[in-house]
Amino acid sequence: MGYRVSYEQADGLLKTWQEQYRVYAPKRFAGRGWRPGTDMIRYGEIQSFRDVAYTEQSHFSPKDVVAPIMQTMLSFTADEVKVSSIDDKGILLLARPCDIHGIQRLDKIFLENGGQADFYYQRYREKIKIIMIECREGWEHCFCVSMGANRTDAYSMAVRFDPDGLLFEVRDEDFVDSFAGLPTVDFTPEFVSQDKNPVQLPVITGLEQLKAAYDLPMWAEYDDQCISCGSCNTVCTTCSCFDTIDVIFSETSRDGERRRVWSSCMLESFSTMAGGHAVRKTPGERMRFKVLHKVHDYRARFGGDEHMCIGCGRCDIRCPEDISFIDAVNRLSAAMADQASVAADTKEGN
Amino acid sequence: MENIMLPSSAKILDIIHETTAEYTFRVAYDQPIRHGQFFQLSIPKVGEAPISVSAKGDGWIEFTIRKVGRLTEGLFGLQPGHTIFLRGPYGNYFPLESFDNKALVVIAGGTGMAAVRSLLRHYADNRADIRDVYLIAGFKDINSVLFTQDLQRFRETFNTIATLDHMTVPGFSTGLVTEHIPSIPFAELGEYNVVIVGPPLMMRFASEACIQNGADPDNMWLSFERKMSCAVGKCGHCKINETYVCLEGPIFRYTQAQELLD
Repeated sequence: MGYRVSYEQADGLLKTWQEQYRVYAPKRFAGRGWRPGTDMIRYGEIQSFRDVAYTEQSHFSPKDVVAPIMQTMLSFTADEVKVSSIDDKGILLLARPCDIHGIQRLDKIFLENGGQADFYYQRYREKIKIIMIECREGWEHCFCVSMGANRTDAYSMAVRFDPDGLLFEVRDEDFVDSFAGLPTVDFTPEFVSQDKNPVQLPVITGLEQLKAAYDLPMWAEYDDQCISCGSCNTVCTTCSCFDTIDVIFSETSRDGERRRVWSSCMLESFSTMAGGHAVRKTPGERMRFKVLHKVHDYRARFGGDEHMCIGCGRCDIRCPEDISFIDAVNRLSAAMADQASVAADTKEGN
Repeated sequence: MENIMLPSSAKILDIIHETTAEYTFRVAYDQPIRHGQFFQLSIPKVGEAPISVSAKGDGWIEFTIRKVGRLTEGLFGLQPGHTIFLRGPYGNYFPLESFDNKALVVIAGGTGMAAVRSLLRHYADNRADIRDVYLIAGFKDINSVLFTQDLQRFRETFNTIATLDHMTVPGFSTGLVTEHIPSIPFAELGEYNVVIVGPPLMMRFASEACIQNGADPDNMWLSFERKMSCAVGKCGHCKINETYVCLEGPIFRYTQAQELLD
């Protein structure tokens, strides 16, 4: 069922929903962009649908709504622990199709990997309902179609923003009543059907090909370019890695709290153990780790058609050194295709 | 909702000074664990880190920890009677059903000894369950020798070479563990397994030396050490390709380990 509503009417709906939910959406933070004179668009709680920055892609993903940048896991004394609590309000999250796919990738890691769900993720995830922001065009830098993350039906409602009003599709019974009396209309959201710049995915079958992908000379080129800042991981919807750190309240006591903080596989310290041994010592090795995780390892582990990368392209926009993930994936794919054709020629020659 | 990352407190029963830099913490624990598994130990003022169980007994387990900079420093101020937070056990374990009644070769370097000590103690206690045991235990120098008492028992029970990298001391051989691998009669062992645990380079060279001396790669086992924040497949630190060391490891067949590309 679809509804056409004005911004005023939408804010009336918002008010109703806010009795049960906190509503999060991409918001504009004027002057807070990372380059001088630019705005930042990131997720925050909204008080009006006019707060939603729908004309641009958000610079940060909605990840921090379900997996906060920092959360207190527990507090402890010398011999007792107390698990932190979060409020019992639900969460309504406005997200584009690619990001909805991204949250499903996070679900895979946090809820399924290892066979047991992570409590700290699950307690947010269970109370989230999604309003899908219709995304029909995409941008120059995004490639959700290439990644199969352009379409979804995993939402409670969908919304199309126009300058003079909004269209809602309501799939979740829980929200039907709040639309009572509003004008109905036929509305089915549309999806991006063609990437402006499609990305080629690598074909890596078996260990020999994976070894060949590891040994490509292209990775070493990132040693000089990449400054290991981890910005790419920070804006990524599906980067799920974290550290846990204990913070002690005073030097003389053992009372403190344990925090979970986003981590980043591009940081030098990501694999460094006590004693100083690091597994991946160069930016190139870390770039290889990240790229292969996004377009190979995840699928190799979980099967199915999904890759970890959802094609939002935020990492390309964010990199202060203008390193392109898209470019890395395309180059990897081309190199693997070259090797495959050389191998086929050799076979034919024999 | 179950919280799989919730630690519980355990009382420290004893602290044994193995060397000036390595202490063994004996902690009250009475749940079943297997040889080769590890716990997430809360290191005061730092956070959690994966630590192998270096021995287990009736109502206790031991962890042997090296003082390495800031990270483990907080532990070294603890006293018996204090409590420590831990959760686990995690990871896979040595497949005793494949080890029993065959020969066993164990090559351990430095603190790697901690990860195989409970296995060795098990077979010292149950000598009839295993055929010949060959142990090569390598330490940097005489001041780095761990588990002196157990080592004495292993010398009495197994074919043991305790070696110091660059030091000549009565009772010890001299040289890296790799230099002693040719003394293991792989061809005459019949059915056997090889366990190699130590720093990454040591494990690499020791594996290669075993193969050069005729060891069958299919019967070789390595124990991996990786940074971990969660040990339950969520934090991502220990991932290698599509493998999570905390879930599928830390013990891998050598042939499997060859497929893990870091």
